[in-house]
Amino acid sequence: MNSEKDLPIISRREFFRKGMQWSILLGLGGITVGLISKTMSDKTIWQIDTKKCIQCGRCATNCIKNPSAVKCFHGYDLCGYCDLCGGYFKPGTKILTTAAENQLCPTAAINRKFIEEPFFEYDIDKKLCIGCGKCVKGCGAFGNGSLQLQIDHSLCDNCNECAIARDCPSNAISRVLPKKAYLMQGLRAHNEWKNKL
Amino acid sequence: MNKIKNIAVYLLFVMLTLQAFTLSAKNRFPKPEFESGHTQPVTITPSPRAIFFEYLDLVVLLASLTLISWFVMKKRSRKGVFGISVFVILYFGFYREGCICSIGAIQNITLALFKVNYTIPLTALLFFLIPIVYTLFVGRTFCAGVCPLGAIQDIVAFRPMPVKAWLEKVLGIIPFIYLAFAILYAATGTDFVICRYDPFVGFFRMDASFAMFLIGGLFLLIGVFIARPYCRFLCPYGALLNIVSRFSFKHMSITPAGCINCKLCENACPFGAIDMPVPHKEKEKTEVIVRRYVILSLVIPVLIIAGGFIASNFHENLAMVHHKVKLANEIMNNTNYGVIGKDAIEITAFKSSGQTTEQLYTEAAAIVDEFNTGSWFFGGFIGLVFGLTLIGLTVFKYHPDYSPNKANCLSCARCMKYCPVLPEKK
Repeated sequence: MNSEKDLPIISRREFFRKGMQWSILLGLGGITVGLISKTMSDKTIWQIDTKKCIQCGRCATNCIKNPSAVKCFHGYDLCGYCDLCGGYFKPGTKILTTAAENQLCPTAAINRKFIEEPFFEYDIDKKLCIGCGKCVKGCGAFGNGSLQLQIDHSLCDNCNECAIARDCPSNAISRVLPKKAYLMQGLRAHNEWKNKL
Repeated sequence: MNKIKNIAVYLLFVMLTLQAFTLSAKNRFPKPEFESGHTQPVTITPSPRAIFFEYLDLVVLLASLTLISWFVMKKRSRKGVFGISVFVILYFGFYREGCICSIGAIQNITLALFKVNYTIPLTALLFFLIPIVYTLFVGRTFCAGVCPLGAIQDIVAFRPMPVKAWLEKVLGIIPFIYLAFAILYAATGTDFVICRYDPFVGFFRMDASFAMFLIGGLFLLIGVFIARPYCRFLCPYGALLNIVSRFSFKHMSITPAGCINCKLCENACPFGAIDMPVPHKEKEKTEVIVRRYVILSLVIPVLIIAGGFIASNFHENLAMVHHKVKLANEIMNNTNYGVIGKDAIEITAFKSSGQTTEQLYTEAAAIVDEFNTGSWFFGGFIGLVFGLTLIGLTVFKYHPDYSPNKANCLSCARCMKYCPVLPEKK
């Protein structure tokens, strides 16, 4: 029929198609080269900078996990083993016993253990901890600040965008390389503070 | 006497510096030395998921993409596609809990391109690239069943109803607008909107707020009647693949040999992605075509500039999503995030950070500037999409057979079993 007349039209479309195919490939190549030449990593994970953290309590509520993947970590190396622990007891507690009404922790996740006079050791029960940071605030206000909020990476889903990081008022949560997962004081191996105050 | 005073002042100074030091290190109580021989426990810091598993994700992605492409292109098997869909829902959905995904990777790429200090994970880059490359070669087989969001919608599409062509066209613009939003907010380092409003991640994690479950449930419920609503009318990665697939080297065909125009596959596609045959080529008058193209070529730049102009008028509203701009705004207007009686948490945090309001204002102003530039591109892009959609409506494509619309076809292989034509024996 009029196939001869159609020929140039088809080849124009074909030319356009080929051009687009190559420009898509070139674009993808460009992105790859551009990003590989910049900093690349195997993966990144989320980290809390304890020096920035103000214990607002959003870690307990804003994590997509329930209970939150943020837990209280105890840097034993920094702990004073106080009898009157600001992280364990509610302010104004007179008789220092493990009675429920004395405890600051809403889920009773801190175990208080007598070591020797006058020292007590405090352990966090990770299964009960909800990451509210009340004990962290208390320990920081009255003690050495050995209790600190950190992301437990056995629980963290490592979301592409951390829901807590988005709502953290002090920008304490950032992406880091996996070897820098924890940034807290009182660990045996001392961490370098990458995120400046 | 004066000497003693000097010493006292010196001592006071030393004590004050010491005090300042102890305040930062918080060593109020010394570390005890136990007489009972108690050994201090070591703080356990659980290690993150090993990097090996990230590469396993990549291998699974590659394997399932290759397999599904083989099922669609060579085996023409809907069962195979369905099997992969179920596996993907189990692996990328429930096991990996919907993260990492190619849709979200758009934002990682954008952030890495615009922010120097962001190190992009290799997996995110490859999760973005691999499906696009596959789409360029064989069409949207990624959408068919390797995307967990697509797969979960695909298996609930029990009673698909056709959507009116004009409605399909209009709603089809939304993914591009969503893509523009996602890129604008990722480029400015504000937020990852795609991840934030992912409707199905709540199901995959079996744990979400009520609102998220409600939205996800609504999508699945609508998805029973209007197949894959998220993929067709929202997915920003789908928008990218839609473009790439138009120019793909190969694409699945409904019929294994020649189409006999039997009309059996006419209603087979739940996504309305089968183009009806155009029996006779009706050639319009040349002057009509020329006039239309002149008008459209004038309309597109006008639409781009108009879009950019309109969006840039709203750049301050767009920037308000950024937490720093919001904070600066709250402090400037003294509105305290609507909290009455005490300082809002953000204000408390800002006061304790030691930053001055002037520093905050300059930072916020720089971000608003970024949004000003970004909103021109944002609006211009949306204008371009509108213009190209208009051109697409006027372009006359001649084809004598029932054929899949390469842009919208999700390669789900449903139509194939409706075709009575037998493959040619060699």
